[in-house]
Amino acid sequence: MRVKVEIVRRPEIADPQGVTVVRALRELGFGEVAEARFNRTIVLELDGTDPLSARARVEEMCRRLLANPVIEDFDVQVLEK
Amino acid sequence: MTHPASAARVAVVVFPGTNCELDAAHALELVGAKPEIVWHRRTELDEFDGVVLPGGFAHGDYLRTGAIARFSPVMGPVGEMAAAGKPVLGICNGFQILCEAGLLPGAFIANSGLSFICRFVEVEVASTSSILTHRATAGQVLRLPLNSYEGNYVDPSLTGRVVLRYRDNPNGAQGGAAAIANEAGNVVGVMPHPERASEATLGSDDGMILLRSFIGAPQLESTRSR
Repeated sequence: MRVKVEIVRRPEIADPQGVTVVRALRELGFGEVAEARFNRTIVLELDGTDPLSARARVEEMCRRLLANPVIEDFDVQVLEK
Repeated sequence: MTHPASAARVAVVVFPGTNCELDAAHALELVGAKPEIVWHRRTELDEFDGVVLPGGFAHGDYLRTGAIARFSPVMGPVGEMAAAGKPVLGICNGFQILCEAGLLPGAFIANSGLSFICRFVEVEVASTSSILTHRATAGQVLRLPLNSYEGNYVDPSLTGRVVLRYRDNPNGAQGGAAAIANEAGNVVGVMPHPERASEATLGSDDGMILLRSFIGAPQLESTRSR
């Protein structure tokens, strides 16, 4: 089973990469860009077929390792195949 | 090198990717400690009075700086030493590991200017209530080398106690934090490298007062007199 995890830095925490990309886009003439935020996407391939338990396990993985609870939130999506 | 029997025994932890352990051990010897380099798989540190997590790229810094290292077996006893009030010092990557482990508040993101900073910076002693700064003077300015890409400290909890503050805040760290202590003052993370400012020939020996504070920490003295 394939599960997609999106790690999102909380909006109040700065994203220096995003700030730099906004600057570059504006220099290229894309003046309408107000903000860019970099998230991190992790796609996991798991054994098992129960989407509910897969989601619970992956959420636990996020809490323990994949996300830093101090500055990040996460979103787990079970991808149907 | 021989040491007096009372020399502080300091564990210097090496994770895969750590690269400042020899500098740290050398500087600790200069201030009279008895450092021992220990591997991250170690499960007890009973014989040590204090511990240093040196700089580098522990576990490749994959995922996030320090994110994998916090699960290394040695972090169990490091946490126990922190809870017991023994001196625990994280330098650069070691600071990032202490934050990921929850032994210090806060986290690190990329420098605000997105450049790897490798130069001397000036820091001011903001608090002398810590194992790193108790022998320094409040307001004292120290010149230390900074060598990091993710040195931009953020602390949504606002509980990190700044003990060293950048004078020009080169990386955007919240509150200008160059070093943070826990409430008790026995766990400290410092982003610049005091161990690389340990001899005048290196451009500065301002790190010595910090390392002398560390090995002369009252917490450590009381441990040894038992």
